[in-house]
Amino acid sequence: MLNKDNNIKEFLIKNILENPSANSYSKEVENELSIITREKNDKVVILIGAGTCGLGAGAKKTILETENYLKNNNIDAEIIQIGCIGFCSAEPLLDIQFPGKNRISFKHVTSDKVEEILNDAFSNNVKAENTLAQFRTKDKEAWNNVPFLDEHPFFAQQKRLVLKNCGIVNPVSIEEYIAGGGYKNFINTITTKTSKNVCDLVEKSGLKGRGGGGFPTGRKWKFAYNEKSDQKYLICNADEGDPGAFMDRAVIEGDPHRLIEGMAIGAYAIGASVAYVYIRAEYPLAIERLKIAIRKAKEYGLIGEKIFGSDFSLEFIIKKGAGAFVCGEETALINSIEGKRGMPRPRPPFPAVSGLFGKPTIINNVETLSNIPEILTKGEDWFASIGTENSKGTKVFALSGKVKYTGLIEIPMGTTVRDIVFKMGGGIPNGKKFKSVQIGGPSGGCITEQNLDIPIDYQNLIKVGAMMGSGGLVVMDEDTCMVDIAKFFMNFIQSESCGKCIPCREGTKRMLEILESITHRPNKETKDEALERFKGILQLEKLGRVIKETSLCGLGQTAPNPVLSTLKWFREEYEQHIFERKCPAGVCTDLRTFTIDVDKCTGCTACAKKCPSNAIIGERKKPHFIVEDKCIGCGTCEEVCKFGAISIK
Amino acid sequence: MNNVDEIIENFPKVKQDNLIPILQEVQEKDGFISEEAVIKIGKHLRLATSKIYGVATFYNQFRFTPLGKYNIQICRGTACHVLGSAIIQKELEKVLNIKAGQTTRDGLFSIELVACLGACGIAPAISVNGEFYSKVTTESLKEIIESYRNLEK
Amino acid sequence: MSYQIEINNNSVDAQKGETILDVLNRNGIKVPTLCHMKNFTPTGSCRMCVVELSETGKLVTSCSYPVVDGMKIKTHSPKVIEARKTIVELLLSDHPDDCFYCVRNGNCELQKLSEELHIKERNIRGPKSKLPLDLSSASIQRDPEKCILCGRCIRVCEEIMGVSAIDFANRGSKSTVSTSFNKGLNTSSCVNCGQCIMVCPAGALSEINHFPEVQQALQDTNKTVVIQYAPAISVSLAEEFGIETGKDINGIMNAALRKIGFDKVFDTSFSADLTIMEESHELIERITKNGVLPLITSCCPAWIKYAEEFIPEVIPNISSCKSPQQMLGSIIKTYFAEREDLNPKEIYSVSIMPCTAKKFEAQREEMTHHGITDVDAVLTTRELGQLIKLYGIDINNIEPEITDSPHGQRSTAGKLFGASGGVMEAAIRTAYHTLTGKELIHFKINAVRGLKGRKEAKIKIGELELGVAVVNGLANAKKLLDEIKNGRKDIHFIEVMACPGGCIGGGGQHIGATEEDLKARMKSLYKIDENGTIKCSHKNSEVIELYNNYLGEPSSHKCHELLHTHYGKRNVLL
Repeated sequence: MLNKDNNIKEFLIKNILENPSANSYSKEVENELSIITREKNDKVVILIGAGTCGLGAGAKKTILETENYLKNNNIDAEIIQIGCIGFCSAEPLLDIQFPGKNRISFKHVTSDKVEEILNDAFSNNVKAENTLAQFRTKDKEAWNNVPFLDEHPFFAQQKRLVLKNCGIVNPVSIEEYIAGGGYKNFINTITTKTSKNVCDLVEKSGLKGRGGGGFPTGRKWKFAYNEKSDQKYLICNADEGDPGAFMDRAVIEGDPHRLIEGMAIGAYAIGASVAYVYIRAEYPLAIERLKIAIRKAKEYGLIGEKIFGSDFSLEFIIKKGAGAFVCGEETALINSIEGKRGMPRPRPPFPAVSGLFGKPTIINNVETLSNIPEILTKGEDWFASIGTENSKGTKVFALSGKVKYTGLIEIPMGTTVRDIVFKMGGGIPNGKKFKSVQIGGPSGGCITEQNLDIPIDYQNLIKVGAMMGSGGLVVMDEDTCMVDIAKFFMNFIQSESCGKCIPCREGTKRMLEILESITHRPNKETKDEALERFKGILQLEKLGRVIKETSLCGLGQTAPNPVLSTLKWFREEYEQHIFERKCPAGVCTDLRTFTIDVDKCTGCTACAKKCPSNAIIGERKKPHFIVEDKCIGCGTCEEVCKFGAISIK
Repeated sequence: MNNVDEIIENFPKVKQDNLIPILQEVQEKDGFISEEAVIKIGKHLRLATSKIYGVATFYNQFRFTPLGKYNIQICRGTACHVLGSAIIQKELEKVLNIKAGQTTRDGLFSIELVACLGACGIAPAISVNGEFYSKVTTESLKEIIESYRNLEK
Repeated sequence: MSYQIEINNNSVDAQKGETILDVLNRNGIKVPTLCHMKNFTPTGSCRMCVVELSETGKLVTSCSYPVVDGMKIKTHSPKVIEARKTIVELLLSDHPDDCFYCVRNGNCELQKLSEELHIKERNIRGPKSKLPLDLSSASIQRDPEKCILCGRCIRVCEEIMGVSAIDFANRGSKSTVSTSFNKGLNTSSCVNCGQCIMVCPAGALSEINHFPEVQQALQDTNKTVVIQYAPAISVSLAEEFGIETGKDINGIMNAALRKIGFDKVFDTSFSADLTIMEESHELIERITKNGVLPLITSCCPAWIKYAEEFIPEVIPNISSCKSPQQMLGSIIKTYFAEREDLNPKEIYSVSIMPCTAKKFEAQREEMTHHGITDVDAVLTTRELGQLIKLYGIDINNIEPEITDSPHGQRSTAGKLFGASGGVMEAAIRTAYHTLTGKELIHFKINAVRGLKGRKEAKIKIGELELGVAVVNGLANAKKLLDEIKNGRKDIHFIEVMACPGGCIGGGGQHIGATEEDLKARMKSLYKIDENGTIKCSHKNSEVIELYNNYLGEPSSHKCHELLHTHYGKRNVLL
């Protein structure tokens, strides 16, 4: 049996990588592979979710506690830190793989629960409230009374291609990746296929850009392939600036080799010899894992000069973003790599023709590139069989907000929003009513009750005034104010706008001011100001239109979307804010007023004393009354009332 | 200022695309970008200081005044917003008696608003010197601050 | 490759590689632009030039979008007009409502656009940015509240001058055009050339105005107010009054200046001749006595400041001669004062320059003699135009007059100083005479004439083959000097002018001039040279008289005391 790193390396290179077209191996080799992938383990393995979400939920302490437990109990088990499986609301997750038994997953394993859970596991007596599920594996014994992961509503409808290994494998182990079938398709490609083959293949698969653009990837690659140049570049856009999106982070933290392989194949397809990963600095763990993965890939000869005897040479460079959402835009990203202010360039010329340092450059999103290895393994027809007519394959969504289960889900295109929110997300907690799902971040729009049954794909979303975007899905309930949401996004855009072009720089500022005036109530308002407020909606629509049509880049062109979308579906809510000066969701504090329940009020005068605008009147020991016109909605009275007599009107 | 000289030695190529990585390392080592640093970088990369200043002021990451020993990043992302990050910000500003973008007088804490930490599944989230805290409430916030103050004792 | 495209339903020819804007301009279709600058790569930032692609309805910027065979464009569809109007309205909503008080009232691109787009209603309102004025510089003032962030000033400063004193700072609606660390212009690397003012579409940049002190001096009965004007002024002033570009109104200008109240009207072209006497002497000295070569001219103060900041190692090469403005200023307060029995403290010396850097030059510490400053105030061509209007003088209805002695006479060589290559030509004419004793028959040295950024020539003077170079635009100067640093040894004499085309393209000239206007001004100078009788500096009788009566020989002790100076390294934030 092989147990030294170098021997494993030699073994993998000799049997797998130097034999890339092989479809099956000798029994001996298969056996060895299954040990490396931990399909077969003779020792107990404990896998703890240590992605950013897991760590944020306390996984570090969980790991320490687990190490202590093993030491104290003299148990010889291996602890492996894995990435996010995507079920963030259940973190920290701790999995145990006993030899011969299905891997079992425990949820909410904070350090104080470690002892109990491990005791239960080792004595084969697990409690339902701690247990998430067990993995379904062939030839292994199942746990009694433990549900299967693939039946859990969060996972049942998922089809995990990009997230295949996330939360399953050890992300810093190249050995596991190769033993699991990785990288051999890359070598097969560069030694037996031409660049043009690869472009055609990817085009046929129907894969479209997952960063939000939705442009056919194969066709994009061909633009660069067709350019004659002494140098070409492939850039992976890992800037993931959309607030509400963390798919790319999870992929890089959980399965960095998949991305590297996808990038390497992409670089080969277009003829690039240098591949950049532009990753935002706010992802330190992802950067760390990526660096390790690149180093390992170099050691295995998968990156470097004349890879595995082919004519293809490839160099990887990591560039950290410095905190600018606009640098997720292709030409701004290029300027950022070049050491300039991240301001976009006019197109044409397109990056595929003249990009980084003036050379043909292709920029692809992390998820797009991470789809490539599976497409090459299972074939373009297989990929095209998943999804809808115009949107092939799967999409990873980041489900968050007012929903029971939050995290990452990878679903085939065509899944309905209803399934996502109510089945996979487990519905709205606390008995609240569903209001809308915001999809596409600051470039996107909302899906309301009436559109819940649309099958998700690029075109269907645009039809209802929304957009796929990068995949952020934020669920909102009756306590969310849609005008406030529109204001939130416009505020974000205003602080992230690069300032180069007039419509975005000045236009979004004026749109934000209108939204501010709608959600605030000034103490004194002149007739002119009131008139401006009434004209607000018309002005928003006109400015929105011009900004969309004339802005230089995607940020500006999509900046008005959240406003226009909420205006379309929640116009009455806007009108209530403007004309009735009321916020039905009770979020816009400036607009809310409070009321006193005369049955509960004891006349203690505590509220009247604290009211900053002297809006409460009443005699001692008699029920008090709030004068609506004077009430500024600060909520101080509600805070001080010991009798629960005050509530939002 | 030895830090800057050392960092510059790691980037011998006189190319503008070294500017941001150099600034990032200076920001990490010194905690902020000083005028002297800008002058040295300008000399090395043969770039006008106005250009370097222009690049540094464009990105959120660079500051021209020092950060606190414990820099608290509050996420301004959608999920965090929906789950109450604005209240967290108000509370933090109250507890530390500074506004976002400032540093406490004792140099211990600074507040930074970040566009999105990418931890939406555990919103509302904050990060202190890179360490994430999930589902933060006004109560847990006070505890988190206390724990760092205790480190100083 | 020829294309056929359709513009507003009309078929039009186009060439591959052209932008839509190129084709529109050629076909007489005007589309508004703001950030566009001829000969600079388009940035696509203002979005004013958008046109509609008929087939998709998409709006694209005509300044950057290349023509495609068969494309159909609408330049003035309702969508396009609404877009352009809204963009200008957005700009106006964050622009001070200061037109009446603004230096660009009547000559402002923003005013012109709101007029053309028929913006008659205030549709967009909102709080306006509040930013402080920068009045720190001696030459240029900045008003960031009026800045529309078109970026033209930044590009000119970087690409033409190679100075980059300013760049964009911050982001989004907090963006500004800023110096390094937002310090005052006076501590930055700004060389005061004023080219930024020339390209600013609104009133964000202008010269520091010196009317109050000039007017005060004119009021003061105890003061003798003396004025001199640069060679370029007489062929440039006409544009301030809407008169034909390049028309030489020298005589009328003299009359106007007297009517304003200036006691003596002198011509800087006189001291240009004086400069040539000193500088050609210096050149010959350095050549024959193995001095530092190449010799570089020193009459451009923007060039001097540039050298002091960026390439101080070149200072030994620079001529120790003062500029014509400063030489005349110095002579006025010594020779002229003595001659007229005036106390130099009671002479107020003003100059009119096509230049903003001259304002800086005049207040340099070195430009004083025994504590008395050579030149008290400098006004730009623009300011002179305004002054003439302020004093109610009707340019079209006055009789021309001549300048005053003893500093009004000039050779046409001195007059050529206004154009790039002029100093060189004048110097060669005199050096030739000094070295060979003969006059240069072919007085026109075409190799150094014209608007090109760099002109080189080899001039045979007897046995000597003089290698000369003329550069305008400081970036061009740097390139040449780098070549010399790297080993070129064939250049002996270099003329450096910061502004494109030389002083006629200076930062104090009429705003809104085109390359055609520059060419017209240049042509006018060459015509004066053609028609003038005295074509060489050494034939200027007033100059000869000055040497005989006062200075002695060129480069005498007295000359060095009054007409020469020294320069030194400047520490600024580069």
